[in-house]
Amino acid sequence: MNKFLSALVIILLSGLPVNAELIIHEVKSKGGITAWLVNDNSIPIVSFDIAFKGGASTELDDKLGATYLMTGLLEEGAGNMDATAFSLAAEELATSLSFNSSRERISISAEFLKETTNQSLALLKVAIMEPAFNDAAFERTKAQVLSIISRNQTDPQKIASNAFNKIAFSGHPYGRPYQGTANSIANLTKDDMYEAHRQNLTKDRLVVSVVGDITADELSIILDDLFGGLPEKGASFPVATNFKASGGNTIIDFDTPQSIALWGHSGISQNDPDFFAAFVMNHILGGGSFTSRLTDEVREKRGLTYGVYSYMANMDYANFYGGSVSSANDRIGEALDVIKEEWARMANSGVTQEELIAAKKYMTGSYPLRFDGNSQIAGILTYSQTNDFPINYPQNRNSYIEAVTKKDIARVANRILKAEDIHFVVVGSPTGLGAAE
Amino acid sequence: MKHFYIAISFLFLSYSPSFAIGEVSTFTLKNGMEIVVIEDHRAPIVTHMVWYKVGSADEPPGKSGIAHYLEHLLFKGTKNLESGEFSKIVAENGGTGNAFTSYDYTGYFQRVAADRLNLMMEIESDRMQNLRLTIEDVLPERDVIIEERNSRTENNPNTLFNEHRSSLMYQNHPYGVPVIGWMHEIEKLTREDAIEFYKRYYAPNNAILIVAGDVEPQAVLDLAQKHYGIRIASEGIVKRVRPQEPPKRAAIHTIYEDPRVRQPYIIREYLAENRKPGDQLEAAVLTIFAQLLGGSGVTSFLGKRLQLDEKIALNVSAWHSATSYDPSKFGLYVLPAPGVSLQAVEDALDLALHNFFEVGVDQDHLRRIKTQIKASKIFALDNQEGIARSYGTALTSGLSVKDVKDWPSILAAVSAEDIMIAARKVLNPKSSVTGWIRGPQEITE
Repeated sequence: MNKFLSALVIILLSGLPVNAELIIHEVKSKGGITAWLVNDNSIPIVSFDIAFKGGASTELDDKLGATYLMTGLLEEGAGNMDATAFSLAAEELATSLSFNSSRERISISAEFLKETTNQSLALLKVAIMEPAFNDAAFERTKAQVLSIISRNQTDPQKIASNAFNKIAFSGHPYGRPYQGTANSIANLTKDDMYEAHRQNLTKDRLVVSVVGDITADELSIILDDLFGGLPEKGASFPVATNFKASGGNTIIDFDTPQSIALWGHSGISQNDPDFFAAFVMNHILGGGSFTSRLTDEVREKRGLTYGVYSYMANMDYANFYGGSVSSANDRIGEALDVIKEEWARMANSGVTQEELIAAKKYMTGSYPLRFDGNSQIAGILTYSQTNDFPINYPQNRNSYIEAVTKKDIARVANRILKAEDIHFVVVGSPTGLGAAE
Repeated sequence: MKHFYIAISFLFLSYSPSFAIGEVSTFTLKNGMEIVVIEDHRAPIVTHMVWYKVGSADEPPGKSGIAHYLEHLLFKGTKNLESGEFSKIVAENGGTGNAFTSYDYTGYFQRVAADRLNLMMEIESDRMQNLRLTIEDVLPERDVIIEERNSRTENNPNTLFNEHRSSLMYQNHPYGVPVIGWMHEIEKLTREDAIEFYKRYYAPNNAILIVAGDVEPQAVLDLAQKHYGIRIASEGIVKRVRPQEPPKRAAIHTIYEDPRVRQPYIIREYLAENRKPGDQLEAAVLTIFAQLLGGSGVTSFLGKRLQLDEKIALNVSAWHSATSYDPSKFGLYVLPAPGVSLQAVEDALDLALHNFFEVGVDQDHLRRIKTQIKASKIFALDNQEGIARSYGTALTSGLSVKDVKDWPSILAAVSAEDIMIAARKVLNPKSSVTGWIRGPQEITE
């Protein structure tokens, strides 16, 4: 009868004693909806983590912010409930529902007591399937979004990230502010909300992860009930884009004591054969919080910053290699010089065996620590699914890291790290920094 | 949408013997170090924390920021470890860790595979009394702290506003001084200041060990005896008595203007009772009162009235900081709707509070809050580090393990009558600070 289990994987989290096992079921409903499930009945609670790919990247240029506003409205009334009635229903059940959106995702999560499973999921379903978009909630939420946009205009972090995206992905949806602009939000109508809902909440971009006190059989029926009524297809996804900024500085003058810098140049995709080599390299260069080269050189030795990080940014349709730092206006120039030197040093000479061993120990040993709660595990499953990783990814991930050699890192560092290609966006009143030509 | 609320801590402590998770055992070593073990056998992971009962509110005058600066310096060298080696050892064992400083405590923690607990205790115990600070370590780290203050405070008008209001609320008590310190004092902190503070306060009889995770209490005690049992008690540890606030005689109103502010708002705080050992009722009542007033967006009293009915506010919230060593604050936040002046929202807020005393407690809302309290005890079991932190903040605020265990039932027993009494007491205009934050006002012709 129940032939829904098409895969079953037992994961032994390496680096830990053998009793740390996590069993991920792939549950496929009769209606063809797939979810990943970890059945854990040690606490009588259930976590759902749902994602719709695409997010704001699928919206039209003249509808910027429609996805963000629409997602915000999902908890502002549904079916015959207004915003208050909807919140009251959640409070009665002690159920937490959250609705968020970003540049390329809509994320919905629900956490509830096992004993309220049916009522909680009924509430979730009505929010997803029948948002009310009533006038009062629409106007109120719109005003809240406008308030956020207004506040962002003087937030140096937001100024920097908006400018960075605009320069790095000009002409591409990733270059646009996903929350919209004051103009675009003001022009959005309720019809736009229905359209954003219709184009985003569809089966072709749905990812579902569930952790907690719920069985595969129960879940397979729930999946059809919750999502069976969604349209098959939504808005088309963006095309892939390169990182478009070239080497140099963009300085945005803002009167504040500390300058904030974001930087980047082109990166590599998660499908690249050298991805894990680059991943380990990044940990050594600027990924590991207290033990990276950048932290050592910029923070520990010189006291130039409270935090400096580098990261591999892998979006669905673009990749780049970037980082961030903040330093007092008269010290940011020195910080950026040190970062460029470290970039070049890594490109030229890679890492030492000692650094590689230490990085592997940390990266493989700390991975299991992330699986430390139902909603955290659900989030990891969603991340794996949205990136099209196989279901055994959590099981194999550490072996990919173990396989990286010093030579691999030297090769990939030389290939991707180009100090002269780094584009820095600096917000503040920096002294001694030249702008790009 | 909820994106814009001020973060409010409404954490309920969990203790639920009916589950295999959350069993709590306590011990005390001969040298005075307290030990709390919280079992969670779901995964072979452990959270190891040492909390010192010292924070920024215990700093000598003129040395603001020294507690936090010292916290940073504890990652430098010891008699046995090179500077930076502590973090390297944690990382090479697949662990993560960090530290934090507040008004009443300084804490250090690692999360790591359970079989590495012995090593974590060894190095944490080492830096309790063997710190060796060189001038090469201390000076760049002071620059790091300055940049940290730049990031958190100088670059953020909202934090500057909070700091300003606290300094007005606490005119005699050290809670009026920011945890990170005033910039002009941070800049002058020295190695000697740090060492003096360290020698006085870092000792087993001023520390609490909290271990949560896949451990057996007796095994933790044995390890603790081996590593922490050898540390020597400090004679400088006395009951903390800080200067208290004089009677509050007049409401304070302040306006903070900053060109970086695009979205004006108001925050009003009242001096309020904290949880006290064996006497947590009033703080529990205030915690629930805050939830009723503004803890749940549009279903709360102020949210319904100011956001939905009068449409004068885009957001409201209310909170109470229940867990602290000395009296804390009960706060209200209102973000005006476009075109509504700060004076208009403050007037509307005052009217609404006045109206609350006429309308009284919405019994249905109180019942829903109780439902959530009950549920939160179960949800909390899913957060090992959260449970550990709950014990840490409570025990460094003068509370006992029994107080921590009693807290949920005290919350659950709060009545509407309790709320009206506590509400009248706490909403005393004379003990309030109302702050407006806005951009500089243009001079009209």
